[in-house]
Amino acid sequence: MQTAKSIEQPNAAIQHYASTKRLTLGKVIIYMLLTGLAVICIVPFYLMIIYSTHNNATIASTFTFLPGPFVADNYLNMASKINIWRGFANSLFIAGTSTVLSLYIGSLTAYGFAKFKFKGRTWLFMFLLATMMVPGQLALIGMYRLFSTLGLLDSYAAIILPAAANAFNVFFIKQFMESSIPDEIIESARVDSAGEFRTFNQIVLPILGPAISALGIFTFIGSWNNFLTPLVLFFSLDKYPLPVLVALVQGYYGMDYGLLYLGVAISILPIIIVFAIFSRQIIGSVALGAVKG
Amino acid sequence: MFAKSIRKDHYGYYFIAPFFIIFTIFGLYPILYSLYISFTNFDGITTPEFVGIGNYVAVLQDPLFYKTLFNTLFIWGVSVVPQLTVSLVLAFILNDKLLKGRDFFRAVYFFPNIVTAASLGLLVSLIFDWQSGGLNHFLVQVGIIDDPINWKNDPWFMRLIVSAILFFQYFGYSMVIYLAGLQGIDPALQEAAQMDGAKKKHIFIHIIVPMLRPIILFQMITSIIGGIQIFDQPFTLTNGSGGPDRAAMTSIMYLYNVAFQSTRFGYGAAIAFCLFVIIILLSVVSFIMTSRKSRS
Repeated sequence: MQTAKSIEQPNAAIQHYASTKRLTLGKVIIYMLLTGLAVICIVPFYLMIIYSTHNNATIASTFTFLPGPFVADNYLNMASKINIWRGFANSLFIAGTSTVLSLYIGSLTAYGFAKFKFKGRTWLFMFLLATMMVPGQLALIGMYRLFSTLGLLDSYAAIILPAAANAFNVFFIKQFMESSIPDEIIESARVDSAGEFRTFNQIVLPILGPAISALGIFTFIGSWNNFLTPLVLFFSLDKYPLPVLVALVQGYYGMDYGLLYLGVAISILPIIIVFAIFSRQIIGSVALGAVKG
Repeated sequence: MFAKSIRKDHYGYYFIAPFFIIFTIFGLYPILYSLYISFTNFDGITTPEFVGIGNYVAVLQDPLFYKTLFNTLFIWGVSVVPQLTVSLVLAFILNDKLLKGRDFFRAVYFFPNIVTAASLGLLVSLIFDWQSGGLNHFLVQVGIIDDPINWKNDPWFMRLIVSAILFFQYFGYSMVIYLAGLQGIDPALQEAAQMDGAKKKHIFIHIIVPMLRPIILFQMITSIIGGIQIFDQPFTLTNGSGGPDRAAMTSIMYLYNVAFQSTRFGYGAAIAFCLFVIIILLSVVSFIMTSRKSRS
């Protein structure tokens, strides 16, 4: 993406220097706006953490932005009512397996499209892209019926299997593959008489590593946040992923504010941690996917 | 070696087969099945009875369908216009290499996008609670209001708050996409304009915005697809009820209620396909509008 750097370096530097000097007030206003917006982005989550450490009486009566001593009480209160760690484990399992599956199948598919010139390739790929335009809710009722026929309602498979065919992942990996995997590597593997799938698993897949991990984080978060599909396809409390469990708790224990804040915090904190570690990769994969599209 | 690679080409089918098999069974088949159900009065238990276009006629005469459609489009419109403009301006500002803390701001603005939408709706619901919400306590303590305001009792306020949540969740996302688009614009172009004495404002309006038109179109269309599907935030914000007078009940919430609470699957499926048609129409309209602008 890097194009020719400014040819007239000194001139540009003077320009920049002049503009930084001249626009002092403008710069201050811009920084104030940027900081204000950043505060708005953080405050709700800060309040969430603070309020999860207070009891009902405090939350119901005063505004506070300092932590309180009741986090353990809220936790015990919550643990006596719902099994939040079960929800956590459910989310982890569902998001983990659907991410791994969709990445592997996505890579297989992308490899097929990127490196083999079979008949109907263009049409099949266009069809695949077109499916991204179709909203998921169209399938929801049919899916409910299908899984009820298969006896898979209220089973993890009902969420994981449809997620395995992720058109966006195919599209994303294909873009990466075309620029980073030269045909010569595949050719030489063939000359060494490696089977096609062996070539894929042992040569292509490792090269895809960085792209796949960036995409994987993103897929994982998307799956973690999935709400409507599990709400529809699951019935038992011990199967629900975390977001659904937390949302339903509102209906059952709506007046227990400390508990609710803590539940929300537990459902969001893993995302905050993942983002703190991988923000660069996450933002990068969003940008890449959008611009190539 | 060339001939050898030609002979391998049919392997492509093996590689793409798993995707298309899974997609056919768990993606395409359910969509077609939904389409079939939309022509029946299926209740989930008894055998579906074919009713022709009866469900569609009923949907088109259903005041609640129009109401939820209005709610959805209102919520979407009020959030998407500021979202796409504010994020464009922010992207322009944060693209300036001299600005300090660019990566920090970029990350902080993007962050709400990946937060669980359902949890965020619940969190906002808690903060805006009449008696226990932090916002009322804050406003009373600071002295802006004397008595707590019952925010969640006001239909228009409920719609606006969903819009605000969507703005909060998506402005950073659009900003990142604009930023990626800006990286693709040759910096020499901006520098040349700067040399000729163009102000930042003019560079923004006359160079940046026209060059980003494809990205703006991309954002419009993805936001239409996403906007019609708003569900998680208003659902948890209103505890599934849709708020006062169902003001914040979106079309997908209505679909959910009809199909999975009242088990009128046929009617729900018809709603889904009506929404799909609306998405396509809106996408086509925004495509035409954007390409017409570029000609003038």
